[in-house]
Amino acid sequence: MSTLQIKDLHVSVLTDEAPKQILHGVDLTVRPGETQAMMGPNGSGKSTLAYSIAGHPRYEVTSGEVLLDGEDVLSMPVDQRARAGLFLAMQYPVEVPGVSMSNFLRSAATAVRGEAPKLRTWVKEVKQAMSELDIDPSFADRSVNEGFSGGEKKRHEILQLSLLAPKIAVLDETDSGLDIDALRVVSRGVNRFQEQHTDAGVLLITHYTRILRHITPDVVHVFAGGRIVESGGAELAHELEEHGYDRFTPKQEVAAS
Amino acid sequence: MTAASTPTAPDGLVTRSHGGNVPTASRGLRFTSYDVDAFEVPGGREEDWRFTPLRRLRNLHKGAASTGTATVSVDAPREVSVATVGRDDPRLGDGGVPADRVAAQAWSSFTAATVVTVPTEQRVADPITVTVTGPGVDKVAYGHLQLRIEAFAEAVVVIDHRGSGAYAENVEFVLADGARLTVVGVQDWADDAVHVAAQHASLGRDAVLRATAVSLGGSLVRQAPTVTFSQPGADAELLGLCFADDGQHLEHRLLIDHAVPHCKSNVVYKAALQGEAAHTVWIGDVLIQAEAEGTETFELNRNLLLTDGARADSVPNLEIETGEIAGAGHASATGRFDDDQLFYLTSRGIPEDQARRLVVRGFFGEILQRITVPEVRERLTAAIEAELEAVGA
Repeated sequence: MSTLQIKDLHVSVLTDEAPKQILHGVDLTVRPGETQAMMGPNGSGKSTLAYSIAGHPRYEVTSGEVLLDGEDVLSMPVDQRARAGLFLAMQYPVEVPGVSMSNFLRSAATAVRGEAPKLRTWVKEVKQAMSELDIDPSFADRSVNEGFSGGEKKRHEILQLSLLAPKIAVLDETDSGLDIDALRVVSRGVNRFQEQHTDAGVLLITHYTRILRHITPDVVHVFAGGRIVESGGAELAHELEEHGYDRFTPKQEVAAS
Repeated sequence: MTAASTPTAPDGLVTRSHGGNVPTASRGLRFTSYDVDAFEVPGGREEDWRFTPLRRLRNLHKGAASTGTATVSVDAPREVSVATVGRDDPRLGDGGVPADRVAAQAWSSFTAATVVTVPTEQRVADPITVTVTGPGVDKVAYGHLQLRIEAFAEAVVVIDHRGSGAYAENVEFVLADGARLTVVGVQDWADDAVHVAAQHASLGRDAVLRATAVSLGGSLVRQAPTVTFSQPGADAELLGLCFADDGQHLEHRLLIDHAVPHCKSNVVYKAALQGEAAHTVWIGDVLIQAEAEGTETFELNRNLLLTDGARADSVPNLEIETGEIAGAGHASATGRFDDDQLFYLTSRGIPEDQARRLVVRGFFGEILQRITVPEVRERLTAAIEAELEAVGA
């Protein structure tokens, strides 16, 4: 059973000048098997939340807690968080020249599973997972994300989700920059992950509602000004689709624009 | 058609090209002489010497007397001829003439030269190994080595440098028409060693040279390869892999002189640096003379700074005297270790030290892949791992 608890989380981003506070007290619990959608306008702090959970060095947690099955995530280094069962599908996956995708996947799987997967079954497993995401097998020999299109990068994030099988997956704008076909493929990948790992939780961070037509959330949160301002069911997503984020964004911003 | 390009750095590094940095005097017309006194004692401000810490040169530039001997041993199949010859052997000098004072000093000072000859049309399957062991701590030695690949012969040669002391030498690669030489020079010196080498490559018609310089050990290593094309159709590739630690000075100065038409050259040098005062220097001079129509050349230098306090100097020079070429370009970039790459890999559970090794191995991968001798490639991979472990990276 896997539960992610975030309690009163305050986070600042480190800039060249002074640290700038982005998250102002986030409270959230993702329970086993749940999919929660975190929706919000640009600049609301959604990605900061995602990076803070994963432990990106540019973000500093000033107060609050993140617990995975009761264990303190924030005291763990980045790699240990992943081995504990956290996964972040990044909005902008990083290119790593000279490191082949297959070497990378195997290194990651070895780390997360605690032992090197048996070569024979591993090759099959990767092939299968790639074909489910319509990824050409030739990508295995290419450098990690290097020269991939936006859609190809996102598919490979979901490929990693499928192979690393985390307890909690945070998907940061996985839908952005995808065309309709790619969106369908990626969504199918997320749904397959949840069918195969019914205990796993998913936190789906998105700006748009369209991915929610393919992935059905149990809970929808609206994120604005560095905190959750409203939570509800699917109906909240419908409201956002019709009326946008105006109701949740501060008036002065509207006046200033 | 010329294309001096500044590509975006695929390593995610800052691209900094020194385009248009043409030396004042044409590199191809530089002064050469066998006579050490024909060169002034460098003071450190000369273009040739401005990056080299002269006070660490053990007076190789000031006429240091030979006080020891470097041992040269050659392990070669029977069809290869190996000879130790005197200074008067008429073949010496076929590859080129010294162009700086230390090279001229080495030329004036060696007592015996090693000449390795691969006879005409002989294809040597197994690598030939030349092991050069330094004269020992606080000793100075001068040497001379010539590899002769006769017409249409093919060979792979590994030149292994190890041991202690100061050693200056001239190395000649003499490739006859249609000859193919793959040579890997490994600098695996002890921490005290000072090595100054001038390499002179002369390529006949359609000859192919694949030279890789691997610089790992030594206190101060300065290598200056010069490639001269004497006939059309030749092809030279110069690769370099360099790993500088605390206080090491590793310098590579290349000159590729396109004096005849339709030759190709390609240069890829990569250096990783870590530790206080680790210093690498890469000078890439390419000259395309007016007669060298149809030339195709590219040179690339990338430097990866793994820690603060390391310094990489990179100066590509491209001098083009004819517009009738197939292509010419250069690129140079020096950047820090990319924290985002590290975050990405560790966020997938890969431990940080392993992630660092993956990135550095990836950085060098392009070069290692081109090293066709499996034993050499494995040894280099292991050496890189050892370098990384040494600092607990």
